Amino acid sequence: MSEPVSPAVEVANLAITLDLPDGSSRPIVEDVSFAIPKGEVRALIGESGSGKTTIALAMMGYSRFGGTISADRIRVGDLQIQSMGERELRKVRGSRIAYIAQSAATAFNPSRTIISQVIEPLTVHGLATGEQAREKAIGLFRALALPSPETIGDRYIHQVSGGQLQRLMAAMALISDPELIILDEPTTALDVTTQVEVLNTFKSAIAASGATAIYVSHDLAVVAQVADRIVVLKNGRMVEQGDAASLLQRPQSDYTRSLLAAARPVERGAAEEQAQSVLAVEGVHAGYGKVRDGLATIPVLSDVSLRLSAGSSLGVIGESGSGKSTLARVIAGLLPASNGSVRLNGELLSPGIDGRSKEQLRQIQLVFQNADTALNPVQTVRDAIARPLAFYHGIKGAAADARVSELLEIIQLQPAVAARRTAELSGGQKQRVNLARALAAEPTVLLCDEVTSALDTVVGAAILDLIDDLRRRMGIATVFISHDISTVRAFCDEMLVLYSGRAVETCPKPAFSAPLHHPYTELLVDSVPELDPEWLASLGGQHVPSLPETPADKSLCAFLPRCPVAVAGTCDVLPPPLVTVDGQRMLCHQRGEVPKNEDAGAQP
Amino acid sequence: MIRSLASRAAALPLSGRIGLALVLFWLVIAVFGPLIAPYPVGRFVDEEVFSPATSQFWLGSDYLGRDVLSRLIWGARYTVLLALGAAVLAVFTGTSIALFAAIRGGVVDEVISRTMDTLISIPSKIFSLVLVAAFGSSLSLLMLIAAFTYIPGNYRIARALAVNLVGMDFVSVARARGEGAIHIAWREVLPNMIHPLMADMGLRFVFIVLLLSGLSFLGLGVQPPHADLGSLVRENISGLPQGASAILSPAIAIATLTVGANLFIDALKGKGDS
Repeated sequence: MSEPVSPAVEVANLAITLDLPDGSSRPIVEDVSFAIPKGEVRALIGESGSGKTTIALAMMGYSRFGGTISADRIRVGDLQIQSMGERELRKVRGSRIAYIAQSAATAFNPSRTIISQVIEPLTVHGLATGEQAREKAIGLFRALALPSPETIGDRYIHQVSGGQLQRLMAAMALISDPELIILDEPTTALDVTTQVEVLNTFKSAIAASGATAIYVSHDLAVVAQVADRIVVLKNGRMVEQGDAASLLQRPQSDYTRSLLAAARPVERGAAEEQAQSVLAVEGVHAGYGKVRDGLATIPVLSDVSLRLSAGSSLGVIGESGSGKSTLARVIAGLLPASNGSVRLNGELLSPGIDGRSKEQLRQIQLVFQNADTALNPVQTVRDAIARPLAFYHGIKGAAADARVSELLEIIQLQPAVAARRTAELSGGQKQRVNLARALAAEPTVLLCDEVTSALDTVVGAAILDLIDDLRRRMGIATVFISHDISTVRAFCDEMLVLYSGRAVETCPKPAFSAPLHHPYTELLVDSVPELDPEWLASLGGQHVPSLPETPADKSLCAFLPRCPVAVAGTCDVLPPPLVTVDGQRMLCHQRGEVPKNEDAGAQP
Repeated sequence: MIRSLASRAAALPLSGRIGLALVLFWLVIAVFGPLIAPYPVGRFVDEEVFSPATSQFWLGSDYLGRDVLSRLIWGARYTVLLALGAAVLAVFTGTSIALFAAIRGGVVDEVISRTMDTLISIPSKIFSLVLVAAFGSSLSLLMLIAAFTYIPGNYRIARALAVNLVGMDFVSVARARGEGAIHIAWREVLPNMIHPLMADMGLRFVFIVLLLSGLSFLGLGVQPPHADLGSLVRENISGLPQGASAILSPAIAIATLTVGANLFIDALKGKGDS
């Protein structure tokens, strides 16, 4: 592809240095140059620390942490950003260059209505009156496919969903008709099903506005959908750039190849089947608030059952709020189940921690999602790992030191790390220590709660490999909680799909590729972006919008409002039956009686 | 340990270092006072009263002709050690109760917190007056009163800190492991709140110095012939018209001690926030 003569955005030789308190300075971005033709979307991709956000912010002449920006040229349209002063920059920001941040929830002020903030770019810069701005905002809400566009702006942020908020933030960015839009990981915090809609609306809105865009992300598959060209960054330097399709198909650098490999987990073989069931959860109900007749005031889990044999792994998937983490907390005893039973090796466990013996507690270990908060920041790595050794096994002193080194070796960290405080470690290292602490107890059941969601793709893939390897070698049964169905399909022997606290499907590995799944499972599978630039377009408009309302009658199928195959007169009247097809168990009217050769999607 | 403390002191801003120097100065005076003081505390050494500073009496003499420097050194000993003891006692008790309440939560937390709210509403001076009137003044009673007065304030700060920490995942990890409340309080929660707690203890120390000085000024504090800094101000009040050093020096001593402690605490707090 040849560059047009005068691109809309040009960056030449950008470098950003950080002045350290001791007087020296450290480069965080070096030697970055690119040019974007008008109307194109350029992706900046890399892991955390690669400088992608720093570069994107430099386009507005802004640098976090007081870094110094120097460049031969940062040009946006006719603006020479590199030579503009703070006052001039302030006029440009929000009006000609707009920024969409990762977390819309923290970017909005919760105590003001949304629309008053959406129109701010216009009113602050004096580009329109309040009335005109409101009209324009409502038009944008409509274009971004927001429900009830006339009134949604009068709500506060807690009254809209995460996906809606992200789109409202896009409206705030687009309202001033900017020449350049910077999108900083705008869909990272969203569920996959929501991400698809948001990506779709972003893509069409950017195309409609004719603006040039910079899309910052760590997710190659997402970037593949929206970007025309991709710049791959590592440690503040450009590794390679090229147009999206060819970069994904023929990556030139090893680094890009490793990113691509991490994005596509390789499927593992099933573990050796062992008949002996280690963990059995039967008809568990749990929730918050007062418990009456075995049901909590605010129920989170209803009637969830699962079985886990030694050395096998079960994947639990679902969107945020589906009760995945609650299930782990119930099994670990942190949240006592209001009804139902949890059995370990056939032994009935008391619902809460207080009633469980030390030996029972030792056998079930929970690895928390966020290693930043799961490790005590004032403790050293040795303290963190040695505590379960002393507590469960009575190993102390030199023997404990030796065991800590052994465990560090298992999780592939240097023994010298033991003396460091956990707060000084990187995200990946913390998650490894978090894992080592659970392994120190020598558990029979390991509950992994979204252990990779806070990590970079490559680091996350390494942790997953490690856990998979450990469970096979040590015969630890694992429960893998994830929102990413492709990870679960690659690593687990069985999958449990949760939707609003109900197990809508359980599916053994041989049936992963079965033609029919629960409609929600199908939606999840279809929502995972593929490394194919045509993927989003190929979904077309068929994608079902998410309607978060659940039916008033709790016994009905909770997925009904979003279900593409629901049949009036059955699904909205009768509770869904549990059907079993070749080991798959699904909670659905439309699966089971339907002959397999008939296409389910064709039903009204 | 000592090296890390020294490097930490060197990292303080100038105001913090000045504060630290003043605090250390008074601590040394308090601890080694009896060795430094040139005269016994109650001996009449000068014919004159309110005499100015001379080479024999560095800070002059007081309203009875006693050496002001010696009395100041002894007074600092009472003020600093009494206030320090009371501050440590208040923070230790308040924080222990706070950790207990935060970890137990629920009704226990509610009952303790409301009780503390009730206690905090009692005016400290009046409360001290009543107790001193009832039991008579003694050093141990003074320390207990001062400690008791400042327990609820420390409790509230420590509980607010602890409640946040108890909600953290690492505490859930410890609970899931089956750890008891004492391990959670001592090993998981307390180390994470020690910095703000030290700053709070410094603040309480200053408050207690002022409370004890106030009580002594009213004649309810340390009893003659001994005196703390507050009583020194009171007993020499008749020297005020002459601007005698007998009244100025203890006043300056109180000021430097509290200002020094404040500067030091502010420097610590600034570091904790960043």
